[in-house]
Amino acid sequence: MLTYNQGYENYKKRIAAVSPQEMVINMGPQHPSTHGVLRLELITDGELVKDIIPHLGYLHRCFDKHAESMSYTKTIPFTDRLDYLSSMNNSHAFVMGVERMLGIDKEIPKRIEYIRVLVCELNRIASHLIAIGTYGIDIGAFTPFMWCFRDREHIMNMLEWASGSRMLYNYIWIGGLFYDLPVGFEDRCRDFISYFKPKLVELDDLLSTNQIFISRTANIGVLPADVAINYGCSGPMLRASGIKWDLRRIDAYSVYPEIEFDIPIGKGEMGAVGDCWDRYKVRVDEVKESVHIIEQCLDRLLSDFKRMPDFDPRALVPKRINIKPQEYYIRAENPKGELGFHFVTQERSDIPRRVKSRGPSFNNLSVLPEIGKGQLISDLISILGSIDIVLGEVDR
Amino acid sequence: MLNDIVEKIHEKFGEGVVERIETQHLQPILIVKADFLLDLCLHLRDTEGLYFDFLSNISAVDYYPEAKFEIVYHLTSIPYQRQLVLKVELFNDRNPDGLPQVPSVAQVWRTADWHEREAFDLMGVFFSNHPDLRRILLPDDWQGYPLRKDYKDPESYHGIAIK
Repeated sequence: MLTYNQGYENYKKRIAAVSPQEMVINMGPQHPSTHGVLRLELITDGELVKDIIPHLGYLHRCFDKHAESMSYTKTIPFTDRLDYLSSMNNSHAFVMGVERMLGIDKEIPKRIEYIRVLVCELNRIASHLIAIGTYGIDIGAFTPFMWCFRDREHIMNMLEWASGSRMLYNYIWIGGLFYDLPVGFEDRCRDFISYFKPKLVELDDLLSTNQIFISRTANIGVLPADVAINYGCSGPMLRASGIKWDLRRIDAYSVYPEIEFDIPIGKGEMGAVGDCWDRYKVRVDEVKESVHIIEQCLDRLLSDFKRMPDFDPRALVPKRINIKPQEYYIRAENPKGELGFHFVTQERSDIPRRVKSRGPSFNNLSVLPEIGKGQLISDLISILGSIDIVLGEVDR
Repeated sequence: MLNDIVEKIHEKFGEGVVERIETQHLQPILIVKADFLLDLCLHLRDTEGLYFDFLSNISAVDYYPEAKFEIVYHLTSIPYQRQLVLKVELFNDRNPDGLPQVPSVAQVWRTADWHEREAFDLMGVFFSNHPDLRRILLPDDWQGYPLRKDYKDPESYHGIAIK
């Protein structure tokens, strides 16, 4: 048994062998800048961080175990709780995987797909607004936080109107949707977009070119592209390092091939490519792209795929899910990065044998010891904020 | 679609590495021998025409009541925009003193570090030559591997009733 414990013994030895001039500091689990219950064990020399040992699992809710003990349909609410800031995106990925295994993904009506993309992009904006706002507050800027939450509230209200819930929606179902969009949703969404566009410019002006903000983020925590790939970083993390990698384009799932949008990447405008400022800026630019996507979705939903009185968004929802034994790995672009589900199905059952979720934050966080070493403690806060982790997804 | 990859592997290692190819899934799966895993992964990562430089996911699957575990590697090649699924089959009699064992690929893809720690923590798969193999999600003194199908919940943990 000793060999299986060797890793833990080595870790204890390492902590015990800290030299007298170094100090071990626990940052978290109840630290505001760790964005949840994350504990970072720092070995410091004065203000310098010598080493970082992240400790996870404070929010472990056994998603994999739940998913393999209940049917696919019942698992959808659990996927909402992975990255609880972008529940729509999580359930979209999960549902898409099950639909592909069932072989019904090509039959889903276009109206349903456009509604899915619309709500996912709304949720992406909400998630990025949290990322930008809380990043501001980590750095010491309070106003952007209030502005972001004010604008996010409109999105929360709209999604609540559609699904009946503020954060954890269970709106996207296998083969369809919970309900069609409420009457008047498109107009309200348009009103929100026309309200939000100038606000976004304001937010960009307030933070992006702010000298204090730049000096706290530019050239800090530079993540080179090869390191980012090797550590499995995805989403805005990878794009900020200069790699144009967006699964909405690469995998071309749902109706994204019919929609025009750009993929913003980090250009190193204020410092090196892949620094904290780039990661922040990529998120701001992505919000702009999401606004653009939403406008196109609204156009199509009001012209080609209009609301019909006899349209039933639950028409294709399977009565009983029976998937032949197979394996499938579905991946989708979440606000945080690549969300994946690995399904292993078993015969004559609507309960999978195994569902492994690959959280983007889990992988993005694993690079922190690499880029945080040798930085100041205050810069570590800035790096951690720029990674934009959600602990619900790190611990799952 | 998979043939060119298999050919390149055969060129380098001979026929013995790839045991078989499962094509009944939506994504074809290469089943490879655990002994050659590390060399194979390095080859897949660094060879021109392959460049599987991004490890998306590692998942461990328990095939209880069979005495079999599987480790599934989902690779992505960012330059060529393609995916590959590798699988290693491990036969083990579920004796707690003899965990199923597979070489660690953490030196090929650093992201494998945490994925392998998770598989060790929840499924009880031992990754040899891993730089820092300890539990990641559960407490360090937890007993057993909860994602195994034959796992029984303990009655209590440090005096806290669980059931």
